[in-house]
Amino acid sequence: MTGPLERLGRWALERLTALGRANLFLLRLLGALGFLLRRPGLLVKQLYAVGVLSLPIILVSGLFVGMVLGLQGYANLVYFGATSSLGTVVALSLVRELGPVLTALLYAGRAGSALTAEIGLMKATEQLASMQMMAVDPFARVLAPRFLAGFVAVPLLTAIFTAVGILGGYLVAVVQLGVDGGAFWAQMQARVLLWEDIGNGVIVKSVVFALLANWIALFEGYEAHPTSEGVSLATTQTVVVTSLAVLGGDFLLTALMFGVW
Amino acid sequence: MTVRGLSFHRGERAIFREVDLDIPRGKVTAIMGPSGTGKTTLLRLLGGQIRPDAGLIEVDGLRVPELGRLELYQLRQRMGMLFQSGALFTDLNVFDNVAFPLREHTRLSENLIHTLVLMKLEAVGLRGARELMPAELSGGMARRVALARAIALDPMMVLYDEPFAGQDPISMGVLTQLIRTLNDALCLTSIIVSHDVKETAAIADYLYLLSDGQIVEHGTPAELGRSPSPWVDQFMHARPDGPMSFHYPAPAYESELLLRDAA
Repeated sequence: MTGPLERLGRWALERLTALGRANLFLLRLLGALGFLLRRPGLLVKQLYAVGVLSLPIILVSGLFVGMVLGLQGYANLVYFGATSSLGTVVALSLVRELGPVLTALLYAGRAGSALTAEIGLMKATEQLASMQMMAVDPFARVLAPRFLAGFVAVPLLTAIFTAVGILGGYLVAVVQLGVDGGAFWAQMQARVLLWEDIGNGVIVKSVVFALLANWIALFEGYEAHPTSEGVSLATTQTVVVTSLAVLGGDFLLTALMFGVW
Repeated sequence: MTVRGLSFHRGERAIFREVDLDIPRGKVTAIMGPSGTGKTTLLRLLGGQIRPDAGLIEVDGLRVPELGRLELYQLRQRMGMLFQSGALFTDLNVFDNVAFPLREHTRLSENLIHTLVLMKLEAVGLRGARELMPAELSGGMARRVALARAIALDPMMVLYDEPFAGQDPISMGVLTQLIRTLNDALCLTSIIVSHDVKETAAIADYLYLLSDGQIVEHGTPAELGRSPSPWVDQFMHARPDGPMSFHYPAPAYESELLLRDAA
């Protein structure tokens, strides 16, 4: 009779404990960031690994997403003779939603999973323990540079994704389908607001998603069971949990942006 | 190093109960016991990576479990540890692995670090392998590089976790000789946890035998070789059966098979 209740209670307790550990992990991570002032080279190396190496997937995806938006928008707006609004449609979709959300999802798949696997394997092969035994704090030496690099990279990648997406929309709408180029840019300029749209979308959302994606990736790697199965599970968890957190967080942030709550 | 009344539990299971150890300065002391008796856990307790449930662990006058992180890290700069897997950093080559603790903890010039690293690598016979990556090393070579890294900061003490496990006879001979030579040449204190009786007994000054969470016997290798205890005799002479049963505890064999047939 109490079996399911007991299991539910145990599951809830385990989740709550994990959430507590994740918060303590984040606090320790933030406390270790000061170390990077002395060793900026570690940050630069990680910026290359998580940021620069993520550029190809971000550029190609951004271009395709923008091109699809241009096509879909044109196919519908043409019935109303409103194709001149295409620039606004493409830009608002990218700036408010698709840019930050898709960048975070792509980042979780490309860089987040790699971070989890790397940290998990370092744990499994006792590299983190050996660092501790050499009196080197892995939070400062290994985790903090990766966290800060990811935190800086995601907003920049979002801005690049959005810009390339708009370019993709322009190529399809103006170059291919013959929409007036002046109207495309002028409507966009008139309707896309700096703080309300770009500030809330590209900046606020991407910063929140950057925090979530890197926090989850590093925590999952650090908590991974030190076995091949454990690392594999942690890597999957990173992609699943980050995707859900980003989509759920996007809903909350959008509701706040529109003043629903 | 002094250990008194050390107790440690993992969940309900007692890993150590009231363990006492004395590890004298400048000697090679080995802690031996069958697999799964918590030897590696004991090293992690001594190095302050985990805290005991009860008991005293004192290293050079410092009570390890009571140290804050900063003090513990200061102590660890004077302790080297050789992990069973070697635990080399896979993204750094041999040279950079050995240079790692020097770069992290000293402000020596790169010239001086170069000289020191070559000296440490020469001591383990791998000066010529400094450009290799860890993936290019054999198991024995990886352990020797890890040993060079463990002594990079000239520690007062080195902890060895199963240094001979999985080694070919030549690597085993090299490591055995290295541990003893380095201990004497650098005036180290060495603690080895191992289940390789022959190699460990050949270089250790003093042995502790661990079983079921307790020290069952201790003495010099010669004293333990002559011990009247059937358990010590079984372990030291690698007899397949004795007080420590070949079988993991299980219900009676016949009844288990018959019950299964009946079901």
